[in-house]
This record gives sequence, C-alpha cells and structure tokens, in this order.
Amino acid sequence: MHVQVTDYRNIKMPNLEHPAYPAATLLQLESLVPCRESQVSLLLSIFGERHQFSFPSIFIYGHTSSGKTYVMQTLLSTLQLPHVFVNCVECFTSRLLLEEILMQLQSCSPETEQTSQVHCDTFNDFVRLFKQAVVTQELQDQTLYIVLDRAEQLKEMEANILPAFLRLQELTDRNVTVILLSEIVWELFRPNTGCFEPFTLYFPDYSIGHLQKILSQNHPPEYSADFYSAYINILLGVFYMVCRDLKELQHLAALNFSKYCEPVARGEANERDSRKLWKNIEPHLKKAMQTVYLREISSSQWEHLQHDDEEPGQLKGLSAHTHVELPYYSKFLLIAAYLASYNPVRTDKRFFLKHHGKIRKTNFMKKHEKTSNHLLGPKPFPLDRLLAILYSIVDNRVAPTANIFSQITSLVTLQLLSTVGHNDQLDGPRYKCTVSLDFIRAVARTVNFDIIKYLYDFL
Amino acid sequence: MSTCSVSKGCFVFKPSPKKRRVSQKTAVHFSEGKNDLEDSELRFYTCQSLWNQIKLETEQIQEDLNKQLLDNLVSFLGRSHSEFQGKTTDWTCRMKSREIPTAALVLGVNVTDHELTFRNLSEALQNITPYIALLEAKDCPGIKNLMQKLMGQLMNCSTDVVSLEDDDYVQVSQNRIRCSMKSVVDWYESVTKKTDSETLSKKRTSSAKHQQSPPVVVIFKDMESFTTKVLQDFIVISSQHIRELPLVLIFGIATSPMIIHSLLPHSVSSLLCIELFQSFSCKEHLSTIIDKLLLTSRFPFKLGEKVLQVLINIFLYHDFSVWNFIRGFQLCIVEHFYSEPLSVLCCQLTDAKKRVNSLSHEQCENVRRLPSFRRYVERQEAEKQIALLTADSFLKETTQKLLEDLHVYHENYVSVLKCLHVFTCSLPKYPLGKQIRELHCACLENRVWETEDYETSLQLARMLNKSDLETMLQQCVEILVSSSGNELDKAVEKLKEFLTQFQKLEAEAFQEQDVSVSSQKELQKKTDLYHLQKTLLELKDSRRSKKLTKFEMLRFEVVDYIDSLVRRYLVPADHKTLHEIVYFNTASVLRGHLNAAPRIALHTALNNPYSYLKNQALKCDSGSISSKAPDICIVYKLHLECGRLINLVDWLEAFSTVVTAVDEPNADAASSDQVDDIIHARFIRAVSELELLGFIKPSKQKTDHVARLTWGGC
Repeated sequence: MHVQVTDYRNIKMPNLEHPAYPAATLLQLESLVPCRESQVSLLLSIFGERHQFSFPSIFIYGHTSSGKTYVMQTLLSTLQLPHVFVNCVECFTSRLLLEEILMQLQSCSPETEQTSQVHCDTFNDFVRLFKQAVVTQELQDQTLYIVLDRAEQLKEMEANILPAFLRLQELTDRNVTVILLSEIVWELFRPNTGCFEPFTLYFPDYSIGHLQKILSQNHPPEYSADFYSAYINILLGVFYMVCRDLKELQHLAALNFSKYCEPVARGEANERDSRKLWKNIEPHLKKAMQTVYLREISSSQWEHLQHDDEEPGQLKGLSAHTHVELPYYSKFLLIAAYLASYNPVRTDKRFFLKHHGKIRKTNFMKKHEKTSNHLLGPKPFPLDRLLAILYSIVDNRVAPTANIFSQITSLVTLQLLSTVGHNDQLDGPRYKCTVSLDFIRAVARTVNFDIIKYLYDFL
Repeated sequence: MSTCSVSKGCFVFKPSPKKRRVSQKTAVHFSEGKNDLEDSELRFYTCQSLWNQIKLETEQIQEDLNKQLLDNLVSFLGRSHSEFQGKTTDWTCRMKSREIPTAALVLGVNVTDHELTFRNLSEALQNITPYIALLEAKDCPGIKNLMQKLMGQLMNCSTDVVSLEDDDYVQVSQNRIRCSMKSVVDWYESVTKKTDSETLSKKRTSSAKHQQSPPVVVIFKDMESFTTKVLQDFIVISSQHIRELPLVLIFGIATSPMIIHSLLPHSVSSLLCIELFQSFSCKEHLSTIIDKLLLTSRFPFKLGEKVLQVLINIFLYHDFSVWNFIRGFQLCIVEHFYSEPLSVLCCQLTDAKKRVNSLSHEQCENVRRLPSFRRYVERQEAEKQIALLTADSFLKETTQKLLEDLHVYHENYVSVLKCLHVFTCSLPKYPLGKQIRELHCACLENRVWETEDYETSLQLARMLNKSDLETMLQQCVEILVSSSGNELDKAVEKLKEFLTQFQKLEAEAFQEQDVSVSSQKELQKKTDLYHLQKTLLELKDSRRSKKLTKFEMLRFEVVDYIDSLVRRYLVPADHKTLHEIVYFNTASVLRGHLNAAPRIALHTALNNPYSYLKNQALKCDSGSISSKAPDICIVYKLHLECGRLINLVDWLEAFSTVVTAVDEPNADAASSDQVDDIIHARFIRAVSELELLGFIKPSKQKTDHVARLTWGGC
C-alpha cells in the first residue's frame, strides 16, 4: 500500500482529514463546498480509501437546493474517483437509465475510446454488462460510484429496480457503491417486501448565515467582496422570508445587482454609503418579489425595464390577464355548472321553481350543510342537472342542439369543467366545475346574471 | 423508386399528390337528377371560382390580422438566445440561471381556429429556424411519447433542410434511436456542426440564411390538455440541457395565462422565462370578415337576413370560431348554386349580362316563376306584361336592366349603410346596435325606417353636439367619396355643404352668446321669489315657442337628409326584383346542417315515424298510436305517458293491446289474456333498443321496473 507522506507543517490544516488524499486536494475541496464540511467528512470516512469496499448504498436526502448534487459532483470530481452520474428524471424508463449508466461507464476509462450502442432491457442484462465493463476497464482496484440524482423517480419504475440498485455490490460482486439523491425521506421509498437498508444521510437546509456566505463568494470582478456582501445582506433581508432556494437567490442577485450599483456608477454614492444604497435598492427588490420572482414577468423583461428605468406598472403580469372570452351559451353553461357544483341538490327547487314558497335557511339545511360549500370545494353533478339548471337560467328557450353538448366538451378541454369518473361516459357523465368564485362572478357580470342570489352559501 | 443514397436502408417515399380529378366528379353530382338545361355545369364552375376568390380573401385577412403577433414572436425568438451567445465570460451571465425562453401565446377559446394560426406561425418561423416541433396533447400522454414525437419531427425537418441545401444526405434511419434528450442534443450538435462547416466551405453563400445556431422551437398547441406531469418532466429535463441546446417553448393557451401557474409549480415555472403574446379577439376577426366578405360589392353572392342571423348566432352563442363561420358561408354558397337554377347569373355584372343572352327557354321560365319578378310584372302595364311573359328576348333585355339595378343598389347600399352606422354607433345605449352587422341585419329584415329603434336613434341624433356631428359628417363624406357609385355624388356635395354651413355658424356663435348672457343677467336681477318664478316660466315658454337657433335648424336638416338617404337606399333586399338570384335565404337548410338537434330528430322519428319513412299507412294524428308503426315507436309513445319508474309488465300489456287491437279486432277475450310469445319478443327487443338509445335504464330500486331518463317533449 502506498502511503501518502505530506509535510503538514507547511500548509494550512484543512478541516477535512483523510489519510488517502493529499491535503491540498482536500483544502481545495473544502473551499468548494462551504457549509457542508461535516457531511463531506462523514462521506469521506464512509468511502474509505480507494481500494476499500464502501457501504453498498447510501441515501442522501435534503430539501431543494441544499447542495446534494453539487456536493457529490465536486467531491467525486475533485478527488478523481471513478463515478457515473445519472439524473433519473432524464432517464424516464428503466431501459434508458441502465443504458445511460453503461454508456457513461464505457466513457469512464480512457482505454476504450469508441462508445458503441449498448442494449440493455432488463436488470439481469445490466448486471452482466456491468461486470464486463468493470473487467475491461480494470476498475476493480477502485470503488466505483454510481450516483442516481432525483432518485424518487425510481419508485415509478419497475418494482425490482430500486431494491436491485441497493444491492448492486452484492449482485455484481464488484467494488461499487450506489448513491441515491432525493428530496424525500427514505421511509417513503422503502418497498413493502423489504430490501437492503441503505446508509441514510441528511443534508440540512442552509441557514441565513450559510446563504450569506455562499452567495458572497462569487462577487463580480469590478466590485469588492465587501460591497457585494452588503448587497447580499440586503437581498436576503427581503427575500429570505419567501425563498431559500440558493439557485433562485443567486439568479435574483445577478438580476438586480446592476440596479444596486447604479448610484455608485453615477458617482452619487461611494461603495461605503450603505444607507443610500439600501434606500435605492429596497423598493426595487420588493417590486421584484411581486413580479419577477413569481414569474409574473420574465427576467429578460425585468432587466429591460430596469435598463430603461420604466415603471413596471405598464407591463402587466400574467395573472392580470384573467379575463376569458366565452361564447354566450358557454357562459351560461359554466354558471349552471358552478351552481350545480356548489348548491345542494335539494335547494334547486327553491332557486329555480317559480312557486317555491319561503324556506328558512336554518330549518332547511341539514347539519353537515351548515359549513360553507365553498370551503368544501365543488361537488360532482350529472349532466341532466346541468342542463335543467341551464334551461331555467337562460331567458329565451334553448334547444338542446349538438352545439350545446359540444360546448360542454370544449369547456372540459379548457379545464373549466372536469369530468368525474371516466367509466360511465355514455350512461350519465358527471362533471365538476373547477373555476373560482371571482372568475364566475366576472363571467356572470358580462351576461347580467346575479349569481350571488342563486348561491346557497350567500343566502 | 431510387434514392441518391449509397447505403442500404429503409426509406420513406411520400406519395406525390394525385392530380385532382375530384372536381369533375362533384360537377357530375351537381347536375345529378336534373337536365342540363339549367346550366348546372356552368353553375358549378361559377361556384368554384367564387369560393376560391373568397378563400384567398379570408386567408389574406387572417394573415394581415396575425402579422403583428407573428412579427413580435419572431423577434422574440431572434433575441431569446442571442444574449447568451458570445459573452459567456460576463459575470451576470454566469451567475444568472439559464432559463428556457417561453412564449405564452393566448389565442382565445375558439380552438378550431388555432390550426390556421399555428400553420402561419410555423411558416413565419421557418425564416429563423428549420427546427420546429408541433406537439399536441393527445399525442403525448407520457413523457416517452412526447420525446418520440419531438425527435421524429425535429429529425425529419433537418433532413429536409439538408437535402434542400446540399445533396448530402443525413442518415437518420438508425434502427433504434434512443428517445432521450441526450440524443436530441447529440443530433443538434451534429447538425449545426455540419451546417457550420458548410458555411465555412461555401464562404457564406446561401445557407447563411439561418443564424449560427438556430433555436429549436417546441410548440405546445393546447397547453390546457397536457398533463401536469408530462409538462413538468419535459421542462426539467430540457432545462438540464439548455446550455447545449437553444430551446424555445411556445405554449398555445386557450383560456388565460394563469393556467401556466396552475399547471406548473413554482419550482418548475422558475425554470422558464415567460413572455406573453396575445392574439386579436375572434369578435374583431369576425367583424373584419363580415366587412370584407359581405359588406362589399366585390362578391356577387349575398346572404339573406335569416341566414346571416343563423351564422352569427352560431358564432356568438356557441363556438366563437371564425373558421366555422367561413365554413358555414361556404355551405351557403354551395347550397345556393346547387338549389337555385338561376344562380348561374350570380357573377360579376358584365359576365351576368352575357349569360342572360344565352339563357335557355327553361331558364327564362324560371325567371318568370320568381316571386319577386312576378310582383314586378304585376306593376307593369298590360302590353308590357304580356311581352314579359311571352317573349324571351324582351325578358332577357329586362333582366339585364334589372340586374344592373340590383348591382347599383348594392353599391349604394353598402356606402349608405356605413354612413348610417357612423351615426348610430356612438349613440347612447346603441338602439340600432353597436356593430355594423347588427345594423345590416336590421336593414335586411324589413324597412328599417319603420322600426321603433330607428325612430329613437333619429331622436338621439337630433341631440348630438356640434363637434361630434361635424366629425361624423366628415367620416360620411370620406365613405361616400371612396365608394364607386356615381349616384352618391350628389349626396357628397350636400354633406359638404352642411359642413361649410357648420363652419359659418361658428362665426355667428358669438352674437348668440351675448343674447343668452343678457337674459341670464336679467335673471340675476330679480330677487323676489314670485317674480323669479314668473320670469322662469316666461323663459321656458319662450324657449319652447322660440324659433330654433341656426345650429339646431341645421342639425335637423342634416338628420332629415340622412333619413332621406336611408329611405332611398336602404330598402330591404327582398323588395328588390330578382333578389333571389344573388341572395341565399333558406335558413332552415343551414340550421339543419350546422346546428343539428339530435334529441329533437330522435323524438320526431319515434313520435311521428311518417316524417322519415313516408309511408301513407303511418300518417296519423299525433295523439293516437297506430299499430302499423314500428315496435320501437309504439314502445316510445307508451313510455312517454309514464312516470320516473316504468313497470315492465304494464308496459308489455299496453304494447300487446296496441299491437293486437287492429290486427284482430274480433279476437277472443281469452286469447288477449295470454301474451303471444312473438309479441313478447318484439316488446323485449323494442325495449332494449330504447335502452340503447338512452331513454331508459334498468333500475335496482324496484323489481321489474326500468327508470326513465328523459323528460319533456324533447
């Protein structure tokens, strides 16, 4: 065994310690993965030395953008460990996934240049081909790491895939470790029939301090690190409440930084005038939170506005365009569907019959109906009831033409109605109305129909 | 068939479009069952050429309306990826997450019209990129199908372009292409590298049409129908590769852009850089179509009031689809030329005159049979009447004259209608409608000046203020000048005269002001309540009896003049002689074709079988049930009398009574007690047929009962 001899006195001591790797590499690694040192050192100790067998499968989970993918990628590439990195969303079938792993394995070694097409339909084939690939590339003396990003997709593949990956070391009898990265906990993965339990490792969310540290790392070359760090501080002050996604924050930081620099660039303030800079940027960031962060307007439009110093009020966001123009009878069909969805069946008589008499609400309703129907959500109704209500709310006589029926179908394709239960389409289709009260009120207003008067909840 | 390829492989040959011999056949259909004395062939060709003209016109209109939208989209595509090209070292570019440029294209709820828009769109985009994929939700139930479809479309289009640009042939027919984004990226790299080397070798000759790395455009035609999972997966996958593959998404949205947020969670929508594009409203489109197709003298064919109303109603009440409207219009044309022998004269005036000369005797008789012509004849003197009814040559002469009259009438009608619309479209509450099509319908229906609405709108017009009136007159002058009719020259002069008079009034206005001011002063002097009241009354009286100011006089004159124009030129078309030749009026046919009522048709078929079978034996009054009728009709009629649940035994008894009653009127009482097996079987079959048609269904509430599913007469 080759033992690394390093003079520890001349270099800065890294927090990460491992006998198998040179300290310089470890130091570089440490600078690349800020705020994740403890997890990395734990992983390193599990990995052991290059030739040693490691734990067969490791399950890493944590919230969105807690650095799982990034840490694994930097760790494996900095230490130059042989690895295969696969995103399971991209490989949406098991065949694609297995072939992708084999392809990457082929290109892993410098000896075999040509990457031929591999065909691998079953896991059995995979194990066979995997063994071949490992033999040819003489990877036996090192641990091979297979990283499956977004591993939650594996649950939707064939039932044997996940357990087989967890036992890959045993099945292939090779020095291999499978690492699963996921946003959900292991308990939701565990198959009913039982399987090999992987080593689970949790990546906690970054705290505000961590975020500050990580974001400040990449400052633009024209400005000092302190200046940028102050900017990040303000940014986090506005956005930390709503967004802890590192990627999103970085994107927002890049988008708005030019606005922050404006007073400095114009010479109105120097880099230390933090109060003035704060006053300049704070309302701007708040506006950004309501528009660009919600993707109401696109980032390029936002930059454009920023550049031209226009008011964003001129540019309407996506949700400003809620108005939907509908044909006359479609409007009434939608209103009828809404009434059918939110009124109890027994109340139809009271609303749509001429001599219904006066019914007191308190006596009239059953106990469970006392809660608002709007809180319970829409209820399904049969087609007959929809048409019956339609005929009574439209002033003139409506002939039940084919057009009316096709309009119901087109409302379904527009996702304004939805069908309930697909098996009974011929006999008695049932629908639900999926639009909101505000939407239906807007629609009813255009046809002069006072919908509130017909809703049981508002009686 | 041979290919230019050296390698062995499987190649697809699309069949070359067959020579169209269809039209010949349809022409035969046109004259089927009729003798050719009625010029059916000529009619067919007139119809065809007219339709082709109209089709071109409508396509032109659509293109013009879409132009703005398409231009915006094209420029969006152009700049979508240019930002990232070349300046990868820039700090902001490095730090910003690379989003997928996305255009949210709001097209309105008329989904049938979208097809044409997308076709125009992909044509327009060809200038920027050859790589366009159009995806429909029904083809993409899963991400796998979506990728297959996408790759198929992209790789096909690339071969197309390559074979066009160069004879070199790209071999795509690998037996198994892996359907993953990775292969798309690989494919894109190979294709762009290829064109790059070509451009280098050719030193930017012809293939520099597309920019260095043209974007790959993926169009989701119907965003609403895609499942959330498929969309999310696709976006997540493609965002992984956005750096290697300049992808641009276009979402075709029918409802509102909010649907993006409801379909995609924030984590996914944050990968997109969404810009909104809105198409023109379909109502606007319809107005343009009506304006360009109906309110013009370019096309000889016209729609009658009822027919137009049917088409507009279908549009406004049911589908909002301009495409359907045009289809309906086409149906009208075909129906008109098919059913009306004299429609051969429905062409440009000069042609029509020629055709009149060559009319056969049969056709002349057809002319004489026209109701409007008969009315015309009745108005003539005796000897002229005889000449018209006997001499074909005289008839032809008169017809030519009448056709010319009709043509002139149309020219004037359109201009005057537009003038009237200028006045009525700004009146409060729009008594004659806001849109010109409503006014058009009103004028076609009957004499518009006899209606109440017209009366009220004239009264309102008499209260217009001066500046409005002046601008309206100005607009009218413009309309009339641009029209081709010479008769209206006089009207133009008259209106211009009014305008100059208005300008003169301005000069005189000062004096009047003085008068009013002095009377006001008088008013202010009186402080006594009694006197004040008295003077006010006097003032009121004087105002009532006072002769009108000059402006008011003039205003009255203007309105009266407009009224006289209306009375003269906006006569309803069916008062005109020979209007049957150019107007299509059979609304019932159109309604039957376009607004089918399946329930009503079923009800008539079952309730009154005579209407379809035309068998004299079935003719009966609606109340009774004939035993001759088909079994299902008897069963249906019997079930109409029942409540929600129908007892099968009672039903069978009633059925057997009806069936046997007339067959054997003198049958024994004993035999009627026992139901015949054959009758039983017939009954069961009829009942199951009714069940199949959806009128009844088996019920579990009571044994031997079925539930009725329909209510009301129809």
